[in-house]
Amino acid sequence: MQAQNMSDQAAISFRGVGKSFAQKGKDRPVTALEGIDLDVPRAAISGIIGRSGAGKSTLLRMVNGLERPTAGQVIVNGHDVGAAGTAELREIRRSVGMIFQHFNLLATRTTFGNIALPLEIAGVPAAEIRPRVNELIELVGLEAQANRYPAELSGGQKQRVGIARALATRPKVLLSDEATSALDPETTRQVLDLLKRINGELGLTILLITHEMGVVRDIGSHVAVIEAGRIVEQGETYAVFSAPSHPTTRSFLKGVTGVVMPRFLAERMVPDYAPGLQTVLQVTFTGSHATDPMLARLGTAMGLEVNILAGAVEEIGERPFGSLIVSLDAEPERLATARAFLHDHGLRTEVLGHVR
Amino acid sequence: MSANLINLLMEATLQTLYMVAISTLIGTLIGAPLGIFLAVSRRGELMAAPAANAVLGLIVNATRSTPFIILVVAIIPFTRFVTGTSIGTNAAIVPLTVATIPFVARLIENAVREVDSGLIEAARAMGATPIQIVRKVLVPEALPGITLGITLTIVSLIGYSAMVGAVGGKGLGDLGIRYGYQRFMPEVMAAVVLILIVLVQLVQTAGEMLARRFDKKAPKNRGR
Ligand SMILES: Nc1ncnc2c1ncn2[C@@H]1O[C@H](COP(=O)(O)OP(=O)(O)OP(=O)(O)O)[C@@H](O)[C@H]1O
Ligand SMILES: [Mg+2]
Repeated sequence: MQAQNMSDQAAISFRGVGKSFAQKGKDRPVTALEGIDLDVPRAAISGIIGRSGAGKSTLLRMVNGLERPTAGQVIVNGHDVGAAGTAELREIRRSVGMIFQHFNLLATRTTFGNIALPLEIAGVPAAEIRPRVNELIELVGLEAQANRYPAELSGGQKQRVGIARALATRPKVLLSDEATSALDPETTRQVLDLLKRINGELGLTILLITHEMGVVRDIGSHVAVIEAGRIVEQGETYAVFSAPSHPTTRSFLKGVTGVVMPRFLAERMVPDYAPGLQTVLQVTFTGSHATDPMLARLGTAMGLEVNILAGAVEEIGERPFGSLIVSLDAEPERLATARAFLHDHGLRTEVLGHVR
Repeated sequence: MSANLINLLMEATLQTLYMVAISTLIGTLIGAPLGIFLAVSRRGELMAAPAANAVLGLIVNATRSTPFIILVVAIIPFTRFVTGTSIGTNAAIVPLTVATIPFVARLIENAVREVDSGLIEAARAMGATPIQIVRKVLVPEALPGITLGITLTIVSLIGYSAMVGAVGGKGLGDLGIRYGYQRFMPEVMAAVVLILIVLVQLVQTAGEMLARRFDKKAPKNRGR
């Protein structure tokens, strides 16, 4: 059953999805996921982030039917995966590629052989396999390693074989289960760049799960945060990262975005204002304002002295995002005016406390 | 040692090789699929069939725990049914094969279960059928283990084949008992033992070499 107007439809939709596992020797099943509603946009890179045991892998594995939902529906390219029969499920799986944390390459097959495997499984004639595999090897830049066995490859090279293998049957969707978690930062960078490139070149929908916010920040345009089997926050990465609403999101974001409060400041800070105290403000820059010298203008326009205590500017989903911790010597009314001035210019402020 | 004795030794060696070769061949042809089935039919596995798995497992265990010499005698009617006789080299192949099947099955089951479950998961995600997973993933990846298992089977069969002298199976073991022990010719006994040692060594070395060739897990110099 194909829905019409596929292009502006989500590539993957979770509708009220739940999953519980029967437990050996116990009456009560474990609930791994509950009430999941999520639309994964087509041709974009979306991230699902959560702590260990939150249910990320279970959620991802439902997209290609490795796991079936016990409630709700998972719709992939118009197919109801949970209700699909054996033949339809195989069809769906060929249109959904998957890469893994530990690569899962066959040790007895070379790079070439591993990439050829899904084609052999799909019954592609041998004469067509060779050119297709060579094309994929070129796509991931492994020409020199084509005849090597996985044991002779580095982690990053193995994952590139995994990516090429996942793309062999020209899937529309790529699932990634912690694909960079076993790699060092430099290699992670390269693999993420590759994912981003194939997303652009092939218009592939990528759904990746991770416990590293940095991965989502670097390549994810959309993000969902999952906690104990439920989605607690979702949206465009930029929006979620610049204004996280759930404590779990905030704790994930710590150290990934924004600034860490310097210790000397945190120790001296008091919650309430008293005359003679300076107000500590976190100012969040988003979008084009990030580069505007807004604070300097605050000084000249209002005659306020602004001390910058800590700050960072970075990129989320290719948009600049920054936050500064500043202190202002201003009594409550002047502070309110200053904040209003900043808000008018698209900045967000939050009072963190007061120091002498 | 007389020319006559050397002829006897040659003949006995060929008989042993013949018995071992045929029972390995037939035993593996039947035992390997059973072993694969044992591995993939457990609860929650690729072709889960827990009841069939349990029954087959029971039969395998029963056969394996029967002392070989008792097995030889116990299945004489079956041996006679298959070969038309209960005496001789061909008759000896029947109990040897019957003992080989469960032996091979367990070893291959273990080798197949050693295969990383992540590979099965990856193949499932590609849309592979269970049969495709067995043929394209499990068997090739388990090949080093399977090779070592068959090597161990052959080595054990060389030992077992010495026991089938009891049913007129001939071969090296029989020669060693009749000449070396009953006629008290220690040089025959020594020669028999020596040949057996050499045979086992050859099989073991060849098996390990082959297994290493199939094993691509450890990086090594392949002369590239
Ligand atoms: N086959 C299963 N049988 C029983 N419980 C399961 C099964 N698979 C997952 N679970 C349970 O479901 C919950 C979610 O597991 P899941 O593997 O999806 O977590 P995760 O977010 O991927 O964690 P991690 O980051 O550690 O990989 C866990 O409590 C886990 O114990
Ligand atoms: Mg997981």
